[in-house]
Amino acid sequence: MSTGLVVDQVTLRHGDGEDETVALDRVSLHVPRGEIVAVVGPSGAGKSSLLAVAGGLTVPDEGRVVIDGVDLAGSERERARIRRERIGYVFQSNNLIPALTALDQIRLPLTFARIEDPRDPRELLAEVGMEHRADRRPHQLSGGERQRIGIARALVTRPGMLLVDEPTAALDRRREVLGLLARETHRYGMGTVVVTHDHDVLGHCDRVLEMVDGGLTEQQPALA
Amino acid sequence: MDDGVSGLQKLPVTSLAFEDGVATDAAFSRSVVDLDAVDSWAGRDGVTDAAPFGSTLVNATSDGGTEVDLALFGVEPGSFLDPLPAQGARLGSDPRGVLVSATALDAGFRLGDTITLDRIGTELTVVGVLDGQHTYGHVDVGYVPLSTWQEIRVGAGPGAQVPPRAHDEITAVAVRADAATDLAAGDEAAGTTSLTLEESFGASPGYTAETATLSMIQVFLYAISALVVGAFFTVLVIQRKPEIAVLRAMGASTRYVLRDSLLQSLVLLVVSTAVGVGVGVAAGAALSATPMPFALDAVAIGVAALLLVLLGMVGSAVAVLRVTKVDPLTALGGNR
Ligand SMILES: Nc1ncnc2c1ncn2[C@@H]1O[C@H](COP(=O)(O)OP(=O)(O)O)[C@@H](O)[C@H]1O
Ligand SMILES: [Mg+2]
Repeated sequence: MSTGLVVDQVTLRHGDGEDETVALDRVSLHVPRGEIVAVVGPSGAGKSSLLAVAGGLTVPDEGRVVIDGVDLAGSERERARIRRERIGYVFQSNNLIPALTALDQIRLPLTFARIEDPRDPRELLAEVGMEHRADRRPHQLSGGERQRIGIARALVTRPGMLLVDEPTAALDRRREVLGLLARETHRYGMGTVVVTHDHDVLGHCDRVLEMVDGGLTEQQPALA
Repeated sequence: MDDGVSGLQKLPVTSLAFEDGVATDAAFSRSVVDLDAVDSWAGRDGVTDAAPFGSTLVNATSDGGTEVDLALFGVEPGSFLDPLPAQGARLGSDPRGVLVSATALDAGFRLGDTITLDRIGTELTVVGVLDGQHTYGHVDVGYVPLSTWQEIRVGAGPGAQVPPRAHDEITAVAVRADAATDLAAGDEAAGTTSLTLEESFGASPGYTAETATLSMIQVFLYAISALVVGAFFTVLVIQRKPEIAVLRAMGASTRYVLRDSLLQSLVLLVVSTAVGVGVGVAAGAALSATPMPFALDAVAIGVAALLLVLLGMVGSAVAVLRVTKVDPLTALGGNR
């Protein structure tokens, strides 16, 4: 049994019949705790699909996904528990709750269940450089600010796995934020997967993988 | 609704003993009871008061020339039925005196007016006005002394010969008795058929049919509001679908999402129902000030409000459960 994320020969199809697309084609991946991995690739290659499968948002048609030794093929209820306790997810569109202030967005995951030893929401807010925006609601924030709140929200439970989908599209202060992700990964032994096109990000990553047409290949270290 | 029977509701009686075997829906107009039945009832165990009661509908014209319908109630002055007027004098001093419902003032009556009964020509003087609405079959009530009522009933106008039996006949014996009183035994002894005051409402013209129609309207209104409120909250929750999808993607349990959504709906429902009831009661109060018959019942308002809140919650719950059924990835949609 290995810790961290194991994706083993996973195939995921969207739609059916003539509309069917193969988003993931027998993909395998291992991200141990303490490693930060970048996934690059063209649009439509299946990067978001890989994160969705790894994060237990959907069940693959074939293959297995295991997080810290727990298979995600159980019931939806079981997957929900793993999502709230072990996974931090930064969505491609940051998906904040419109009615909540920045600080409450970060507190939200702590209301789902009792979380052991969570991060202090205010401290996290400061770490993403948003302490002066604590009481703002999403519509009063810039795209980059919203993204930073989304990252802080994913970190508050001290998840074992952090899955980040294209954070740099609108992200400002990216060096600061990416530094934070790498630091958290190494300090707390978190396994992190970042989907990105950004060379700044690649510089912070331990490994770079490329996804093309639903298939995953390791890049030469020189590229990173 | 009360417009039909408010005059009966205000009678200080528990039951009325009508002629034996008279049809319930015609009791007030057809029943003829012998005066002796009053003494028979007065002597029964548990009966605190028994007095003669007469009822008849008349057409009349006031001095001003306005034509009115009146429900004339004949009572013995000094008996427990003899009403205390809010203005003017009690019955008895003037044998041709009449006490009228306060609502009759709206029809143009004034204290001291003379009312002439159509056909027989008997003239009555308005000597007093009762407190509040006394109506019967949607017609204002006028109280007259029993002997005057008896003469009017047989159609004996001024100077006419009064048939000898007229003064021995009444419509019913008005009875005030303990709840435990055996009415059947009293009927057996007096040769009467008793209706409790509540039952006698059904004998009032049109009351049963009106009640049924209004109940029907109420049932339909409830059903329609149920659908509207249920549908509204279904739509409301479906609009929140992206938000619910995010909560689920972050690992919130179905129970958490359900509680969160129901709490939101509850706050909205309670506030809007409170506002609705407030507006309704205020509008009702305004209506009550007009001659339009209108009455508000706290229990009915409470039940209706509770029903609306409940149905809104059901609508929300159904929608939430539908949203939580789909897999979070699909729920998040394309741009996750
Ligand atoms: N919900 C869906 N229904 C149908 N097809 C989908 C759905 N989500 C993604 N796809 C398809 O799956 C493939 C991979 O998509 P995605 O994982 O979003 O790619 P990426 O994130 O790399 O741009 C694309 O061809 C896309 O059109
Ligand atoms: Mg994507």
